[in-house]
Amino acid sequence: MMSQTRSFRRLPLARAVAANTLLVAGMLGMAAPSLAQDGISDGEIRIGYLADMSGTYRDLAGPGGLEAMKMAVEDFGGSVGDAPIEIFNADDRNSADVGANTVRGWVDQENVDLVAGMVASSVSIAVTKVLEEAGGLAIISGSAASSITNEHCTPNHIHYVYDTYPLANGTAKAVVEQGGDSWFMLTADYAFGHALESDVEKVVTDNGGTIVDRVRHPFPTSDFSSYILQAQGSGAKIVGLANAGSDTVNAIKTASQFGLTQTGQQLAGLLIFLNDVHAMGLETTQGLLLTTGWYWDMDDASREWAERYFERVGKMPTMVQAGIYSSTTQYLEAVEAAGTDDPATVRAKLGETPINDFFARNGRIREDGRMVHDMYLAEVKAPADSESEWDLYEIKATIPAEDAYRPLSESSCKLVSN
Amino acid sequence: MTMIFGVPLAVFMGQLMLGLINGAFYALLSLGLAVIFGLLKIVNFAHGAQYMLGAFAALLGAQYLGINYWLALLLVPLVVGAFGALLERLVLRRIAHLDHLYGLLLTFGLALIFEGSLINLFGVSGASYPVPEALAGGIKLPFMFLPTYRGWVLVAALVVCLGTWFIIERTRLGAYLRAGTENPALMQAFGVNVPLLVTLTYGFGVALAAFAGVLAAPLYPVSPTMGSSLLIVVFAVVVIGGMGSILGAILTGLAMGLIEGLTKVYYPEAANTVIFLVMIMVLMLRPAGLFGKEA
Repeated sequence: MMSQTRSFRRLPLARAVAANTLLVAGMLGMAAPSLAQDGISDGEIRIGYLADMSGTYRDLAGPGGLEAMKMAVEDFGGSVGDAPIEIFNADDRNSADVGANTVRGWVDQENVDLVAGMVASSVSIAVTKVLEEAGGLAIISGSAASSITNEHCTPNHIHYVYDTYPLANGTAKAVVEQGGDSWFMLTADYAFGHALESDVEKVVTDNGGTIVDRVRHPFPTSDFSSYILQAQGSGAKIVGLANAGSDTVNAIKTASQFGLTQTGQQLAGLLIFLNDVHAMGLETTQGLLLTTGWYWDMDDASREWAERYFERVGKMPTMVQAGIYSSTTQYLEAVEAAGTDDPATVRAKLGETPINDFFARNGRIREDGRMVHDMYLAEVKAPADSESEWDLYEIKATIPAEDAYRPLSESSCKLVSN
Repeated sequence: MTMIFGVPLAVFMGQLMLGLINGAFYALLSLGLAVIFGLLKIVNFAHGAQYMLGAFAALLGAQYLGINYWLALLLVPLVVGAFGALLERLVLRRIAHLDHLYGLLLTFGLALIFEGSLINLFGVSGASYPVPEALAGGIKLPFMFLPTYRGWVLVAALVVCLGTWFIIERTRLGAYLRAGTENPALMQAFGVNVPLLVTLTYGFGVALAAFAGVLAAPLYPVSPTMGSSLLIVVFAVVVIGGMGSILGAILTGLAMGLIEGLTKVYYPEAANTVIFLVMIMVLMLRPAGLFGKEA
């Protein structure tokens, strides 16, 4: 059921013209373009976009992320030197097997140079294992688990937008500091939920708070009323949601129906995307604190890019979609600078280059593959303060890049010598 | 504080209440399936999608036509039910003489088409449908805060379930229906228009799903995938109750809601699987289901 689009296919005419231009340049004794054509495998840059295109996580990356990638390629001119850029895409349906098999096919048969997108953490971990064996490169934008650059790190992938560590560190710390010192954890019962839960519990207890109780719900769950009732009975001041996507949306909606916030308790959403807040509406979500890697209305550069995206897609971009544009551009620049699409060389080049664009501030890619950059603590606006449909967050604080992510000194990644 | 197996009595009672509400919901959905299977022998895999269409129709009706909740509760089942009747007439009838498996595959395919088209149009995040003004807020029970709307869902679902059971098991129309499925040729000979009866029955089953969809719209985000996860559970309920047994579907729906509710307190990790465990046990001990007749 894999769909593939090939874009920017090089036309024979264009090839002939390009060859003639080179020939003429050579005859005239001019310097040939600096890019070594030999360095690009098959003379083409091939990028595979892998994401959930039809399920729970479709709206946070999905077709919008593919469009962001196409924008990046178009803005880059459709080619690196003489080598045209071709985009493949496939739906991983949140299945690690589907994702790994797709990528194996891409690498073996299509010589795909970069795999990008990727949402469900389990898919990303499976795909990066394939790439480590086969020798490829991935830039993960959608996944949350911090283990992707910790115990599951490989020299073949970069984790770009965010992970569970700053989510816990940003939101949980801010909430405890505001007096929310007793927590009830509502956790999705799978790898990502457990990772987020333990990151949060560490931050809460380190800052002097306590975990009163926790409940792990199956993934996915549509009826949260029982868990919300248990949270109400726990007497905790804060109900922490260590889940994502539709689970978070359902939990927040149910909490509002059961009057959770009216009885003096407060919700702390740990992984909430712009599309979730948009879907639930400000009436339900106002006052919610969250940590984000990017927000479209942050500054002029963000707004300018977001407006262009909006014109094509009709929705404002999430941090993941913005990150896909940014990381694709970084990759293409690194290929151009290195003069090759060899994964190891490009990966090294990416590690040398600081990242500062409309998306990332003070960004750099560490040896464990983590792209660290400034993160933001945001609060969802009250309906009265929102001026337009997508005017949803107010940025309350910036968490500096070096403080936001797990320090390398605590890393268990095999690429880091501790 | 009185404790029941380590859980305070108040929490325990609250969970029973929620279990009952969810159970009423399962009952309503499995009832539609049981009617369609019991009378038409169609395994209606489009039931989840038809439930979703009901919720969507309510949402779109409110957004574009200004139809309020109460009107939607009446109109949406009619419209979606008529659409179901059309499907039966144009598509399902053509394979009525084939094995059940073909009907299952066909309705499953239709469900995928409905879901896929709506995902294309609206995405998967969904939208929220407001709780009607008259049912906003909640009631403070001694053991819990019960949102008024959930109380209403319990009452409405039970009334519709019992009404349906009464029509099919206790009225002349119901008798025609049951006779029409036992021996269509004989009924036809008595001058009863059996094909029309079949079309209307399918439409009625679909209308029940749409009614459940409207009831669910203010509770859960209205999204194209809202039906697919529920469908499997509802099928398990129908299998436990006995395929085609009307009363079985209602009672099993309520019981499964309660069992699931208690699992959420004592071992929440198993909340999504407990119904299937019950199903396996029932299939091993009573293959025809708790209320089914042995074939």
